[in-house]
Amino acid sequence: MDQPEIIIKPGMGALHYWRDIWRYRELFFFLAWRDILVRYKQTAIGIAWSVLRPLLTMVVFTIVFGKLAKLPSNGVPYPIMVYAAMLPWQFFANSLTESSNSLIDNSNLLTKVYFPRLIVPAGSVIVSMVDFLISAIILGGLMAWYRFVPDMRILFLPAFFMMAFMASFGAGLWLSALNVQYRDFRYVVPFLVQFGLYISPVGFSSAIVPEEWRFLYFLNPMVGVIDGFRWALLGDAFPVNWPGFALSFVLVSLILASGLFYFRRMERSFADVV
Amino acid sequence: MSTVITVENLGKKYLLRHQSGKQPYVALRDVLSDGVRNLGRKLLGRSNATERGAEQEEFWAIKDVSFEVKQGDRIGIIGRNGAGKSTLLKILSRITEPTTGSIRIKGRVASLLEVGTGFHPELTGRENIYLNGAILGMGRAEIKKKFDEIVDFAEIEKFLDTPVKRYSSGMYVRLAFAVAAHLEPEILVVDEVLAVGDAQFQKKCLGKMEDVSAKEGRTVLFVSHNMGAINKLCNDSIWIHHGRIHGFGNSSDVIRVYNASVAGETQTQLPVAGNEFAPLSVRSLQLVNADNVESVSFSCDEPVRILMSLEISHCIPGMYGYVEIFDQYGETILVSDTFDAGVNILEQLGAGVHDIELHIPPRTLGHGEYSLTLDFSSPQSDRTIRPDSTSVLHLDRVLRFSLDDFTTTRGNTRRGHLSTIIAWKTLVQHNS
Repeated sequence: MDQPEIIIKPGMGALHYWRDIWRYRELFFFLAWRDILVRYKQTAIGIAWSVLRPLLTMVVFTIVFGKLAKLPSNGVPYPIMVYAAMLPWQFFANSLTESSNSLIDNSNLLTKVYFPRLIVPAGSVIVSMVDFLISAIILGGLMAWYRFVPDMRILFLPAFFMMAFMASFGAGLWLSALNVQYRDFRYVVPFLVQFGLYISPVGFSSAIVPEEWRFLYFLNPMVGVIDGFRWALLGDAFPVNWPGFALSFVLVSLILASGLFYFRRMERSFADVV
Repeated sequence: MSTVITVENLGKKYLLRHQSGKQPYVALRDVLSDGVRNLGRKLLGRSNATERGAEQEEFWAIKDVSFEVKQGDRIGIIGRNGAGKSTLLKILSRITEPTTGSIRIKGRVASLLEVGTGFHPELTGRENIYLNGAILGMGRAEIKKKFDEIVDFAEIEKFLDTPVKRYSSGMYVRLAFAVAAHLEPEILVVDEVLAVGDAQFQKKCLGKMEDVSAKEGRTVLFVSHNMGAINKLCNDSIWIHHGRIHGFGNSSDVIRVYNASVAGETQTQLPVAGNEFAPLSVRSLQLVNADNVESVSFSCDEPVRILMSLEISHCIPGMYGYVEIFDQYGETILVSDTFDAGVNILEQLGAGVHDIELHIPPRTLGHGEYSLTLDFSSPQSDRTIRPDSTSVLHLDRVLRFSLDDFTTTRGNTRRGHLSTIIAWKTLVQHNS
């Protein structure tokens, strides 16, 4: 027989796992495609919503931080400064929210069909990526409106996006697995997202953070990502604090690695618990 | 033929949590508060480590299960609810891990534990075919190739681009089946999915499954409560009882023993005839079909015959009896008492053993699961035996049986409690 032999044993989940993920890549695309399709079919406001949300937040932040608090924007129009940060932040926040519920929402699949469970939270991140792309188009519009032209650094943007992806996926893995295990964890997620918005430089620039707080500040991995986005999009006005960025990057990698490890460990019992 | 599935000493243990009134899952809130409480106890020096452990109980859903399946075999898996059939299938489909033992499988496995897994109501029929196909393990190219065949099989061409939430339940099931029927794995694992869908379509699916497995040497594992379907489709059957293999062999043999045992188990629940003061006792009680074979699953087209053997030690004046049949929701479907015959037959019986038959005609009860209660009462019953009631003997839900409708168009999706076939006649033609 030329067929591969499957061996099922206790604690054997790890064997061929990555090969399986490759074999189930089409299911992965189909699930992501379903989520996107459903999302924009279900609500008339579907696409409008992913446009309005960051736009309105940007307006509020511009008024509160830029006009009322009169925080500096280093010569760049305040709305653009806010929106450049909003881009990765919304992506991160949406991914967290979506992926934390993803396993529960797909519990009917988990209990009826085998596939590497990893593709479920990964699919949620992909769905958030669509919103990200829509937001990116709006940013382009904003830049055109303010006649702001980014320089060659924009070529680095994909690298920072990768980092945002790693952070989103890593945290998403943690939250989705925790959510299966502790069903009330979903109440923690909105708080995390809201809290994160204020400790990340979305409404303000990193420059206003006092020197003595810098280390603590960069412990938030999204700080590195957002600073990177601003640097790539807005140029020298927003220099990256490279040691701080390195710290952020290490933390992001750590979150992703530990997320993968934790998810893989919990995965075996998902079907029994969910 | 080569062996494609080898199962050795398979076991699956679940921990049952005994926390009455709480959700089945763990809440972080509870873990935290328990943690704080335990910490508090430790600090106060009153540690009680056993407390959490006491809330859990081990339960082996499957234990010491070993068997081999050869290529092209069609294996039925039978057993009562909760015997462990579904757990076995879930382990075979890699949905859950075993606790002990191992399984070796050669070939691609597709499992069909539910019809229409992952169907999304908002998506159209076309989109759901792709989605469901991918979930069942087909590649996009494969689905594309079989797309027309699937649509044909499901008979839904006109509604391909309608969201499935607007489908009738029949269309929905047909579409789901059609996708599943076109799976082409080497090994197909099927759980009680044929219980839905109308009879004709069921036949079509069974036929398709039979076809492919016979022609292409596909291996099928099939769980069902429908003994007829198992007997038809599967050459061999495994009988699982309390998580262990209780019988494995030729399907018709295993089914016969299984049916006898299910009927037999209910007999053992009957009170022993030994009470010399009891005026009446039931020696035996069984259900038999038209061919005089003891059974618990019937077709709507055959009579359900209730046979009982009564031992009457002394006649009680005014004693009567009744049989009450409940559906699976506990609702009374039918009551028949000894006055049905015109005169109370019980009053005419003298001391001794009497065999009595109740004949429920074909096409009376609809498909479904039923239980049967037998009661004997007398207004002058001996109060020394049962001081509080007129009951002489009450056997609550002593027999369970099921009926399947194989012949009508709607079959097992026909609604209502009765399976009576009513003639539709044209009387007069009006030409307007």
